[in-house]
Amino acid sequence: MNVLSLEGTEDTPRIILDKANNIFEISGRSLPEDSAEFFQPVLDWLDEYQKQANPETNFVFKLEYFNTASSKLILDILSKLEDIKGCSVTWYFHEDDEDMEEAGEEFSELVDVPFTFKTY
Amino acid sequence: MKYIYDLHRTMQRNHIILVYEGEFNQDITKSVLAMAERNMDAYGEDNNVKRKVFNVMVECLQNICKHAENYDKNSNAKNNAVFMIGKQDMEYFITSGNAIPNSAVPEMRKRLDRVNSLDKEGLKALYKDIIKNGSLSDKGGAGLGFVDMARKSGNKLYYDFEPINQELSFFSLKTVISRDTSKD
Repeated sequence: MNVLSLEGTEDTPRIILDKANNIFEISGRSLPEDSAEFFQPVLDWLDEYQKQANPETNFVFKLEYFNTASSKLILDILSKLEDIKGCSVTWYFHEDDEDMEEAGEEFSELVDVPFTFKTY
Repeated sequence: MKYIYDLHRTMQRNHIILVYEGEFNQDITKSVLAMAERNMDAYGEDNNVKRKVFNVMVECLQNICKHAENYDKNSNAKNNAVFMIGKQDMEYFITSGNAIPNSAVPEMRKRLDRVNSLDKEGLKALYKDIIKNGSLSDKGGAGLGFVDMARKSGNKLYYDFEPINQELSFFSLKTVISRDTSKD
């Protein structure tokens, strides 16, 4: 499967989706002008991956900031992960960033995927 | 030329640290955010306060990009609006002003009043309801901006609608973010 790799910018996150190396990570800042358009390749990639998923998939979110339009797309990504067997989420937040911790907790309550919380 | 001095004095008197007037787009949004961040860094602002100010600014600026109308007959710009950040000893305030269609006013008033009527738990429930059951608008908004601004600031949203003409009203919005990190 193709690797989906995007360098982060000041308004878009860094994304690595790499089946062969079992790395699935979104990190940085997310406030794109058009969040639906920006995240569509991620959703498409996951649709493809779901058909031939690794036995275990740990999806890492390490976000410094995301806007409300991105939050909707993050939920769409998490909903896709629900359909992948053996999938889990690791939600990183900066140790003094309560809002990011709470955001992760809220996502974990909205989808049926096990979350682990870690600080950085 | 005295207006320059007057404007500067007015900004100082009202503790305004940044004003932008004109057309808004994603590049302007990024520039305004970068300036505000540099300003807060220069003053060694608390990380949590910085994050909250950044958060409210993004929602405010992207609301303008998505919804503001042009009401300057002499300009072909997509929109025109004003955005300001003020800083006082105990708080930041983030204000914006832009034209919207009169037809949108009742619905916006309803949404703002609803957000302002809710406490912390109520806002959380509303946020979860909208994110789960809502969908992105044709302008790419999630309908969560006001809820998020109220949640992150922990304060009510102050707003006003001033009629411009038969089609448009001027929408002013002010969000206050406490710099007192001892309270929640």
